[in-house]
Amino acid sequence: MSAHKDPASTGHPAAASALTQVFRAAGKPLLMPYAVGGYPDPDSCVEIVRAYVKNGADLVELGIPFSDPLADGPVVQSASAAALRRGVRLADVLRIAGVMAEEGVRVVLLSYLNTILAFGPERFFDRCRDGGVLGVVVPDVPVEEATDLRATAGARGVDVILLAAPTSTDGRLARIAQAASGFIYCVSTVGVTGSRASLRADLPGFVARVREHTELPLAVGFGVSTAEQAEEVAGYADGVIIGSALVDMVARSRSLSEGLAAIGRFVYRVRSMPSLSR
Amino acid sequence: MTMPQRFGPYGGRYVPETLVSALEELEAAYETYRADPGFIAELDTLQSDYAGRPTPLFFARRLSEKVGCRIYLKREDLAHTGAHKINNTLGQILLAVRMGKKRIIAETGAGQHGVATATVAALFGLECHVYMGAEDIRRQELNVFRMRLLGAEVLPVTSGAGTLKDATNEAIRDWVAGVENTHYIIGSVVGPAPYPTLVRDFQAVIGRETRAQILVKEGRLPDGLVACVGAGSNAIGMFREFVDEPSVRMIGVEAAGMGLDSGRHGASLARGVKGILHGSYSYVLQDEDGQIQEAHSIAAGLDYPSVGPEHSYLKDLGRVEYQSATDDEALAAFQTLSRLEGIIPALESSHALAYLLREGGTKGGRPHGFGSDDVVVLNLSGRGDKDVYSAAAALGVTA
Repeated sequence: MSAHKDPASTGHPAAASALTQVFRAAGKPLLMPYAVGGYPDPDSCVEIVRAYVKNGADLVELGIPFSDPLADGPVVQSASAAALRRGVRLADVLRIAGVMAEEGVRVVLLSYLNTILAFGPERFFDRCRDGGVLGVVVPDVPVEEATDLRATAGARGVDVILLAAPTSTDGRLARIAQAASGFIYCVSTVGVTGSRASLRADLPGFVARVREHTELPLAVGFGVSTAEQAEEVAGYADGVIIGSALVDMVARSRSLSEGLAAIGRFVYRVRSMPSLSR
Repeated sequence: MTMPQRFGPYGGRYVPETLVSALEELEAAYETYRADPGFIAELDTLQSDYAGRPTPLFFARRLSEKVGCRIYLKREDLAHTGAHKINNTLGQILLAVRMGKKRIIAETGAGQHGVATATVAALFGLECHVYMGAEDIRRQELNVFRMRLLGAEVLPVTSGAGTLKDATNEAIRDWVAGVENTHYIIGSVVGPAPYPTLVRDFQAVIGRETRAQILVKEGRLPDGLVACVGAGSNAIGMFREFVDEPSVRMIGVEAAGMGLDSGRHGASLARGVKGILHGSYSYVLQDEDGQIQEAHSIAAGLDYPSVGPEHSYLKDLGRVEYQSATDDEALAAFQTLSRLEGIIPALESSHALAYLLREGGTKGGRPHGFGSDDVVVLNLSGRGDKDVYSAAAALGVTA
């Protein structure tokens, strides 16, 4: 079954953003791997993103390291801490994003709010716009707190990506859908980021529940860690986000080339799954 | 009567979407039960028969002579478990039971809130997990044993510096994963709405009792209130009742650690920058990139790099004066009260005392500015038994 709607059928009042159009133009669910920005160091991070893209990633999510990432599990926590110890700063990740976008990579950032506030929201979204960043996921900003951020980002053509969770009530999903742009990030597990042995049994039902409220593309992430899980999710979502599993491969490898080979193989294998290779 | 989510610009609910429904549920439960006669009666009975309230208001004669004003001590150190923390945990456990939650989690720094949570979980027969930094576990062996004795599981946190900030992160992560059957008893007036309001309301019993007691003893309101401020629950609990009484001067004392300019302190209001930590917007110790910094204080309960959002608002309004005291000043005050009044105060509360004891004001007076007839209530938020080993180490003697 195709999860995609005919663009002509959308009832969404605003014109589709550049990010939404990436989903609509693909005609298949997007493969969206995540990397901790600047990890294990800025140059290697660039190589990691290139390996993602070379092996079939459609869009890359780059995380901005934060000292207290409370939506993240141990893998992303320790990679973020390692990047910070190496002196990686927000400006470094913006620079990496800019380089990638120049190479034609579609980039979305993930940042906790405090980092954006400290940098200055206007300056931050200016830099996002200038660097070709399509959207920013802010995992500690629920819809009620997103108004100012959305206005600042929207004025610069950048989407603030809102999240929906299995615990979100229908009332909340309606509010999220009303305010969302780009795509909606559907959190696949009740928990922090990181690998899970299996996906929630009610995940398809949850995604269907979100879809009742919106015409926007829906991407699923948090705990998707195998090609089989990605294939399952691609059966009902418009994008599959894989994070911790890839970060962990880099963390466990003895050298950059070994890490690049491992993530390359994995991304290629996911990309070759039936629903993701159409 | 919807509860405000903010104090001026501060507070809010900056948490992952997964938690928001649980916060809405908690807020709705609190709205219902705070006006419910059965809930109020059960809490009142527990406060009196179990926690030992009202706590005494004690006129400290010898301390008064030394400091030069009439000082009363609000004896929260005499509440069950040895600190004001029980006021909050009793209120929250009653909410958790009514919401049908089977599992309780908490974060703790020095272990006082962990002990108060383990205590009420035991009382109601609920499973209890307490997150505590590995470094704090090492420093506070006694409280770790108390929690285990009370049936709680103490979970060491090794991320970051292994202190309160990291334990709070881990408790929030646990809550994100277990939100469907778990209640998180946060220990202070921090975190996402409705916690700062809810914890404040449960602690406000301190100020309500103080008002009634001082009216009996002095026939008038106090001229001043002094309390230590880490995240700030004992201070808010004392101040709340008097915020609308302009004649009452209120002083919050933060931890200056090794000095405000040393970079090793817990003075978020004095040296913090507005930002987000643990779900609310407040003053936060952070670097120019917005990375959260480690706090430092000899008092583990003040070792926190942010402060309750209501304190940030009261600071901006100018309603509360925020001062600070160093580790050394607190340690001296710890000994002074022990010898003058036969009361060993917690190192946290010793910071409030240190402000009153400070010398070197204009005209040979003390900088606190109170006259000899002025009535000042100091919130003695906890007892110092837990601190004797760290105090002995700092003083270079063997306990």
